[in-house]
Amino acid sequence: MSGHATYQPQNGLMRWFDRRLPIASLVYSSFVAYPTPRNLNYWWTFGGILSIMLAVQIVTGITLAMHYTPHVDFAFKSVESIMRDVNHGWLLRYLHANGASMFFAAAYIHMFRGMYYGSYKDPREVLWILGVILLLLMIATGFMGYVLPWGQMSFWAATVITNLFSAIPLVGESVVTWLWGGYAVGNPTLQRFYSLHYLLPFVIAGVVVLHVWALHVVGQNNPAGIEPKSDKDTVPFTPYATIKDSFFLAVFFIVFAWFVFYMPNFMGHADNYIPANPSVTPAHIVPEWYYLPFYAILRAIPDKLMGVVALVASIVILAFLPWLDTSRVRSARYRPLYRQFFWVFVVVCIGLGWLGGKPAEGGYVIAARILTFYYFAHFLLILPLLGIFEKTKPLPNSITESVLREGVPIGASAPPPVVSR
Amino acid sequence: MTFKRTIPALVLAVGLLAVAGQPAAAQDHATPEPPAQKWSFAGPFGKFDRAQLQRGFKVYREVCANCHSLSFVSFRNLSEPGGPEFSAAQARTVAGEYKIKDGPNDQGEMFERPGRLADYFPAPFPNEAAARAANGGAYPPDLSVIAKARTYERGFPRFLMDVVTQYQEQGVDYITALLKGYEQAPAGMQMAPGMMYNKYFPGHGIAMPPPISDGQVTYDDGTPGTIDQYARDVSAFLAWTAEPHLEARKRLGFQVVIFLLVLSGLLYFTKKRVWHDVHMHPEELSRKS
Repeated sequence: MSGHATYQPQNGLMRWFDRRLPIASLVYSSFVAYPTPRNLNYWWTFGGILSIMLAVQIVTGITLAMHYTPHVDFAFKSVESIMRDVNHGWLLRYLHANGASMFFAAAYIHMFRGMYYGSYKDPREVLWILGVILLLLMIATGFMGYVLPWGQMSFWAATVITNLFSAIPLVGESVVTWLWGGYAVGNPTLQRFYSLHYLLPFVIAGVVVLHVWALHVVGQNNPAGIEPKSDKDTVPFTPYATIKDSFFLAVFFIVFAWFVFYMPNFMGHADNYIPANPSVTPAHIVPEWYYLPFYAILRAIPDKLMGVVALVASIVILAFLPWLDTSRVRSARYRPLYRQFFWVFVVVCIGLGWLGGKPAEGGYVIAARILTFYYFAHFLLILPLLGIFEKTKPLPNSITESVLREGVPIGASAPPPVVSR
Repeated sequence: MTFKRTIPALVLAVGLLAVAGQPAAAQDHATPEPPAQKWSFAGPFGKFDRAQLQRGFKVYREVCANCHSLSFVSFRNLSEPGGPEFSAAQARTVAGEYKIKDGPNDQGEMFERPGRLADYFPAPFPNEAAARAANGGAYPPDLSVIAKARTYERGFPRFLMDVVTQYQEQGVDYITALLKGYEQAPAGMQMAPGMMYNKYFPGHGIAMPPPISDGQVTYDDGTPGTIDQYARDVSAFLAWTAEPHLEARKRLGFQVVIFLLVLSGLLYFTKKRVWHDVHMHPEELSRKS
């Protein structure tokens, strides 16, 4: 972490300013000279992609807010007016709606990468927990955003999800009435969701700053899972990481553009083009794809309160991951058993997602229960025990040595991305 | 990361899911899948067929509009690029044939006047209750975005294939099939009073009577007036009302994707160039030591 030049402004005025507010020095040390492990693969580009996606969501969102009307009688109409009459309004809305999906896809890849390479382990626990908080904030923001077009799915998703709070013993019903601002999902609900949907992205941005700060204190993990020992193990962030991140961001944007321009409604639900109608319940109330695994866990439990507890636990348990995983070895590269369990876990998550989109009946419920059990067993049984019984492979002495031993050039292409829906 | 190890896991999971999926799959046979039609607006270079949209508009106006509103579409849209592209004069004539409620005037009275380009298509009924009263209790839905509001289940693995093939005309295919899907109810099936049997309607009991018959609308361009033709034309028209900027979207999309491909290529080679020395470094190091 040492040996890289600190920022020395050439210009006299800049020197004067930097002594009073060293913002240029901060940017230089964080995004130019910042030492980044030389062996990072493309799975490490998703952090940068996520921050760009947050910016895309905020910029398109603020513009959409200029044209949107948060009122039960006008919300659907104002969205259609954005689609038809606002200049490139269709582009703004499709960017924002599909951007949410891409944002979640990138976040899930980012998290699975952290799990595979043990990025949450000492000293990166706080960094990881901040990430879990970001996920919770994203889930809340995305949910409230989905309610705003006030279509059938908006309305019924809002009804189903807010009703979950009624499972709280004693005060549940009062809490739900308080959330709704009335005795049913209605105009006050829509207006507060709009207000919070505008607020939370800036809270996310704030936590992202903490997340990046924590990252820059402890440094990045890497595929070998060992700390850089000398300057040979790292390269400066600029130009190495910046160019690599830029390349993969452009590739990511090709996928993003494919959906926005060619399949804009693929990730959405047809029922949300029907205006909200409190007296007609859709045949299947399904959340957006990125909530489906959690939705499957909720419905797998026969008891309402326990279902909600399991839903919350399935996310909160991630925050305890640094202590549930008892292995001292970070990277799955040197953990032959964990590597297999990791991929089973990925498949279980995708399976839960698929089941979340199916009606809660018959074999689907049984399968969802098995996978829910496995989901929690992964954290509560497999990870603690693996750390004790697994025979890990010997770790390389340094990142540079690991690169030589693997015989893979640094920056070689990563395995194909995990398909999730 | 090795993928050999993941294969058994995948097989296990897929097997599990397949077993789980079977009971539900068996129940779905009651409603046939709408046949996929060929649409001029499908695919990455799709464009609406102007003549088809104009014919579809005629079907809407003479048939559907008796019961269904089209409230998000205005008369000016008829002459805008990327749609049926009537001339401004034609659109103005169409607008003029509708009576629009306006007001209040200086005396505080509401009045009716001929439509203008800026007006939206007026609804056939003053309110939902009136629409239900005239239609045996059923409410004919607004048709503006109906082509995006209807779909059918694609299922695995077709929903993944659709991302590549860009198949997204489920709604339009469904509407086409529905308009032609009226049949005698199968023996033993009791229809509720006023309900028609439709092969493609979920649950089969639809309140809308067969809306159109052969020869009901006379096309100005000599296209034969068959139910099949009407169904296709009006579905295409509704695809346009649901997605009026579809052509602009796909055109811009092509430019954006080409731009991003070139940008990615340039960034890839720049990245290779920048990282070149780092790649060399370890081997040189090892040779030295």
